[in-house]
Amino acid sequence: MQTERNLLDRRWVVKVLLSDRRDLLVVTGLGAPTYDCAAAGDHPGNFYLWGAMGGGAMVGLGLALAQPDRRVVVITGDGEQLMGLGALATIAAQRPDNLAIVVLDNERYGETGMQRTHTAHGVDLAGIARAAGFPDARIVRGEDEVHALATAVRQGRGPLLADVKVSPEDLPRVLPSRDGAYIKTRFREHVLGQPAA
Amino acid sequence: MHTVQQTDRAAAAIPPDPADWPAGIHRVLREAQVRQVAYVPDAGHTKLINLCHDDPAMRATVLTTEEEGVALLAGAWLGGQRGVLLMQSSGVGNCINMLSLSKSCRLPLVMLVTMRGEWGEFNPWQVPMGQTTQASLELAGVITYRADEAEQVAETVEAALHFAFDSEVAVAVLLSQRMLGRKKWVK
Repeated sequence: MQTERNLLDRRWVVKVLLSDRRDLLVVTGLGAPTYDCAAAGDHPGNFYLWGAMGGGAMVGLGLALAQPDRRVVVITGDGEQLMGLGALATIAAQRPDNLAIVVLDNERYGETGMQRTHTAHGVDLAGIARAAGFPDARIVRGEDEVHALATAVRQGRGPLLADVKVSPEDLPRVLPSRDGAYIKTRFREHVLGQPAA
Repeated sequence: MHTVQQTDRAAAAIPPDPADWPAGIHRVLREAQVRQVAYVPDAGHTKLINLCHDDPAMRATVLTTEEEGVALLAGAWLGGQRGVLLMQSSGVGNCINMLSLSKSCRLPLVMLVTMRGEWGEFNPWQVPMGQTTQASLELAGVITYRADEAEQVAETVEAALHFAFDSEVAVAVLLSQRMLGRKKWVK
């Protein structure tokens, strides 16, 4: 689904990525990506960040290393990932093949008044990931590419980074729980079984 | 001076040498089933980092900045693994906002911090962070232990591991610069 300006609709992108998710584990970056993932359907395999800006990809790395037989996807924003550029080097050095980072790139700091981010000035997150050593780093602009990305997130040999160019719309917020301890415990029970020791 | 190689000790079951505190930390990390070791290097952590890299039961991850380690170990715990974060005192300041992750989600965190800027420091640039390391950690909600003598180190780290993983709290162990020895600037 594309908007008039021919940019992807972020809610549609996340819905495609998380449909038929099976045992996919999801870490969401603060702000709009957290709302987008909640809008696609709350799930105990979602770990929602409401802060810790710049940490989303690293939470994904720790999880991917701890659970090498499961697929892990970090769904975050361009502002959040720009704060954690060093993490791309750290992830590339570890090379977890079960980790994907999907940046919903609206080229804006959406939570703070839609100021333009570095990607609006031409900074190429996929290029940075590729130069760091990610075996799969791509820019996604079309609907077919979103479907291909959904397959790569489930089956591809990562680490993968996809910079998905999305429309800078301010969409209605869909708020999941903000209780971090609850989200953590629910997530651990989902992954490790009850009771999570 | 009496020194014992780690391999010899394991083979002969010789009691641990309390002066060899890096081996002591490695031993208690193993006993606590720590699987992920994240670090920004420090000279004081050299031996421990090497022991962790050489241990097939541990995954040692080098970071570009210390706050990455706070997030990495959050993910590790979500996936059922225990981890520790090694850094120098100058790295504590880099972690402050990311520590909200541990606090907000009641996640365990163990930080092993080698101190600078507190004992015969040569480099004045180390002093501002070294002198505020403990207060910064405490303000950020991290329970802070100190180890001033080599003989205390393993026991202190062991207590920190139990505390963090059993009570889901963040604990830092500060390893004193006096114990580590002053950095030699003229080689």
